[in-house]
Amino acid sequence: MNRLEALFQRKKGNILSIYYTAGYPDLHDTVRIAEELEAAGADLLEIGFPYSDPVADGPVIQGSSKVALDNGMNLKLLFEQLKDLRSRVSIPVLLMGYVNPVLQYGVEKFCESCKAVGVDGCIVPDLPMAEYERHYKSCFEEADLCNIFLITPQTSAERIRKIDGLSRGFIYLLSSSATTGKNLQVSENTEGYFARIKSMNLKNPLMIGFGISDKATFQKASAYASGAIIGTAFVKSLGEGKPVNDFIRSITGS
Amino acid sequence: MSYFVNEEGYYGDFGGAYIPEMLYPNVEELRSNYLKIINEPGFRAEFDQLLKDYVGRPSPLYLAKRLSARYGANIFLKREDLNHTGAHKINNTIGQILMAERLGKNRIIAETGAGQHGVATATVCALRGLECVVYMGEIDIQRQAPNVARMKMLGAKVVPATSGSRTLKDATNEAMRDWINNPVDTHYIIGSVVGPHPYPDMVARFQSIISAETKKQLLEQTGSELPDYVLACVGGGSNAMGMFYHFIDDESVKLVAIEAAGKGVRSGYSAATTTLGQEGVLHGSRSILMQTEDGQVVEPHSVSAGLDYPGIGPQHAHLFKTGRGEYVSITDDESLQAGLLLTQLEGIIPAIESAHALAQLEKMKFTPGQNVVVCLSGRGDKDMETYMKHFGL
Repeated sequence: MNRLEALFQRKKGNILSIYYTAGYPDLHDTVRIAEELEAAGADLLEIGFPYSDPVADGPVIQGSSKVALDNGMNLKLLFEQLKDLRSRVSIPVLLMGYVNPVLQYGVEKFCESCKAVGVDGCIVPDLPMAEYERHYKSCFEEADLCNIFLITPQTSAERIRKIDGLSRGFIYLLSSSATTGKNLQVSENTEGYFARIKSMNLKNPLMIGFGISDKATFQKASAYASGAIIGTAFVKSLGEGKPVNDFIRSITGS
Repeated sequence: MSYFVNEEGYYGDFGGAYIPEMLYPNVEELRSNYLKIINEPGFRAEFDQLLKDYVGRPSPLYLAKRLSARYGANIFLKREDLNHTGAHKINNTIGQILMAERLGKNRIIAETGAGQHGVATATVCALRGLECVVYMGEIDIQRQAPNVARMKMLGAKVVPATSGSRTLKDATNEAMRDWINNPVDTHYIIGSVVGPHPYPDMVARFQSIISAETKKQLLEQTGSELPDYVLACVGGGSNAMGMFYHFIDDESVKLVAIEAAGKGVRSGYSAATTTLGQEGVLHGSRSILMQTEDGQVVEPHSVSAGLDYPGIGPQHAHLFKTGRGEYVSITDDESLQAGLLLTQLEGIIPAIESAHALAQLEKMKFTPGQNVVVCLSGRGDKDMETYMKHFGL
């Protein structure tokens, strides 16, 4: 069984997923940060591969992507860095990034490289369902990769069912339609939306992301899903040179 | 072979809608409604009436006699420079503002490079009383102060794009981010035949008035609606697609698209996308774009801000790949020279973008009696500073 699917079978709540950008703040930080995140208690990692034109991202992740690119990060180097990932990190790892770098690397080769280093799945926000089904699905399945889809408050129930049918691992529930790095404001509307999705009894677990930045927002989101994803707040803390362990403790500690 | 979009939003290998889920409801709403709306008699009537009484269409097809004598063929200029706001851009913004109203949107966003599309968008927003936000690269804002002032006078809010290279591609990124964050009340007026399906097709349809009129005017003036050549410059490619549209299935008409070679195709300062680019995804569609081998988008260069874009629309990529269109490039210097030549032979100061298409005439061999149409996409007022500096005027 894929590590990601195993995680959701084993753990039913408060799953903490952390996003960070590969090659940031320093080019060779990628695996070190993964090790430290696992040691500190993160359940799941999303490693971002940088792109020059990240339209779904706010200023913090745009900034980390630019630094990573300037440092020389690219997919080829990332897969080299991840070569002995599985001797050092045992929690599930996803790669997250935009479709164009994957196209240039080669979709088949990308899937093979993911499998070879022990990556469990991908999040490619600008690869929508129709294009995934048409051109990518068979490659992803061959490499046993879970492709994670996003849903937003505007996604129709019919489309959510379709996404649920195509998904493996979990579904990424956006707290609002927004770029990354906006603060979560749980209004009645948001709660109604979370509750509506929860009541659909989808076959895939849900993880809530976008706007989760601290203990309070993590706990609020976790009440409606298997857990939540933190990206911008962690990347910001890395940029400020704060220890990984301190950040994770601030979310999970009592 | 079809050169037009299929049901799935593709032109051969190109097109599609590579957008994050946050944009899906907006783009899907547009996709499922745009053809129905365009074909409504009420829409058509209002669009035609505004093009006639507000934009000043039909734009003349002018037989440039002294230019013709120089090149030994009948050179016709399609005078999009005479449109209200000074370029072809207004054809599209009129169409899209009517579309936005019918979709119930009350807030309009747009990206702009040189400011021509921004001005054309701010103009139609003023005309219809809609809120308007234009994203423009911080560097372009400094370079194009008169157009920034126009947009502000028209009531638009001009927001500097401060990310990346702070030019057109980044302004487009910022507009997309705005749309992601405003998923219900906002319509994004894209200025060229780029972006996710259905934008390339919708914008091409609004611009196709250029070739529809040209056919009629050629028939009146030459006795045949088909010329031997049609020439137009290509950044994203909206004036070229409008100029080509009704000639695409007439295979005897040679379509020539002129890209910006900047300081030279291999100089490192160029926007010659079909020569320098590879297939990939930019701003929501699969096309040809200038990129590194890692798939990072490369900054283009051209003296003309309107051609300073690292990609081309997916329909252009298809015309290029199938060989239906010939894609060539012209340098900064060649285009400025051609702009001066037109000014002195015909008394028309062209936009530097359009001057790229004119410069191609120097490189072609004609036989007497051949008919050649060049799309004069815009006027040169906005470029006076560049012309003056280059020629020491």
